[in-house]
Amino acid sequence: MYLDEYLYSKEHEWVHVEGETCVLGVTDFAQHQLGDVVFVELPEVGQTFEADDEIGSIESVKAVAELYTPVAGEVVETNEAVVDDPEVLNSDPHNNGWLIKMKIDAGADLSGLMSADQYKEFIDGEDA
Amino acid sequence: MSDSESLRKTPLHACHEEAGARLVDFAGWIMPVQYRGLMAEHEAVRTAAGLFDVSHMGEFHVRGPDAESFLQRVTPNDVAKLRVGRAHYSALLTEEGTYVDDLLVYRLAKEEFLVVVNAANIAKDFQWFESHRSGAVELENASDRYALLALQGPRAPEILSRLTETDLPAIRYYRFAMGEVAGHRAMISRTGYTGEDGFELYMAPQGAPEVWRKLLEVGGEDGLQPAGLGARDTLRLEAAMALYGHEIDDTTTPWEAGLGWTIKMAKGDFVGRSALEALSGRGAQRSLIGFEVTDRGIARQGHGVVVDGEEVGRVTSGTYSPTLKKALGLAYVPKALAELGQTVTLNVRGKLLAATVIETPFYRRSK
Repeated sequence: MYLDEYLYSKEHEWVHVEGETCVLGVTDFAQHQLGDVVFVELPEVGQTFEADDEIGSIESVKAVAELYTPVAGEVVETNEAVVDDPEVLNSDPHNNGWLIKMKIDAGADLSGLMSADQYKEFIDGEDA
Repeated sequence: MSDSESLRKTPLHACHEEAGARLVDFAGWIMPVQYRGLMAEHEAVRTAAGLFDVSHMGEFHVRGPDAESFLQRVTPNDVAKLRVGRAHYSALLTEEGTYVDDLLVYRLAKEEFLVVVNAANIAKDFQWFESHRSGAVELENASDRYALLALQGPRAPEILSRLTETDLPAIRYYRFAMGEVAGHRAMISRTGYTGEDGFELYMAPQGAPEVWRKLLEVGGEDGLQPAGLGARDTLRLEAAMALYGHEIDDTTTPWEAGLGWTIKMAKGDFVGRSALEALSGRGAQRSLIGFEVTDRGIARQGHGVVVDGEEVGRVTSGTYSPTLKKALGLAYVPKALAELGQTVTLNVRGKLLAATVIETPFYRRSK
């Protein structure tokens, strides 16, 4: 479920770093907490963000969650398929439910992110 | 759920845990908000059936020779016209004509009534009844003696008929009968809060888990699913049914809330009557409207209705409608904005979204 090649944030985003770019999404834990997702709002391609900036929102029938980027950088692609069919976020959050691709800032610091094992431990604590 | 020690559990708590429900704190109770998922549960109720645990609701017995005249004075609907075996929707009002709570009154016998109130208001309401008591009336807060199951949806009559000898077709809407369900005594009431056909089963806590399990067992082939408070809220909102703390509270009157039909001015005096009479002459200043968000987004309780940057009204409930696949809601707006087809602007977390005033209920079941 929680892939070893991803990094994870305390805000329940996953980050898959591939060289100078990364793909970002929300974790299975997050989609489960939110319930059936009905709206996804993503940033525009070309927008730049600092780490921990709010970049969009995800709404389920009953709740709204802000979306943050754990990584500083520039948005190079957004997943319009998720905007059109938000249900993908529930059914496949770690693959087809990806949200944005970013070009990582040269000075970006990813040391605060967790490994899959650390994240699993983290959500065990949140679940209790 | 750090202070789960102080939260109360319904008699069906173990059933919810077995079913893997997501449990939340609701009005001091640990309640299932969803099982498989809100959308699936909502759809099950609209197309087949859903089973809800609403045991957190409060039940009061009102008995005695003066029970009728007492309820006639503390509630605005006409209790004298309520026949044994029937129920009606009513309220507790303040002297200002605003809501203490909304409630159901069942006439069990000539001199005995069952009053059903919202969980969050049990203590307040009972205190309210006590403080207005007069004459030969006995009041009992019997909330702990009742479990309450709601079986809702088009398949509900068929499913329930497999576990009871009671003649269900004879129980018409807002009527009830005493009977047995899976061998347990129950008051079978044809009422609900979903906009669908269905029943509410009032029964002793001990038998409730068995009735819950048996219903799910015999209803499984029909698509019956356990349904949580999440679906209960989206279902009632599609049916545009008021919820205390949202559409009605101690700042809103029945006139504004579109609940004037529950107020029987001709029956004589009752608490709140003179204030309501004074207000009815002037006409409601604002009214509760239904809206559909036409921009992308969902308006929710507390969001403002704005005109020229100024807040003129407020959203009382808002959600994504699983049946209609749109963002819908209810809001109080000035009379001038309450026309069907009118465009209104909603302030959704700082973003202005367009919405259109549309007819309520949003959803009406086909008979």
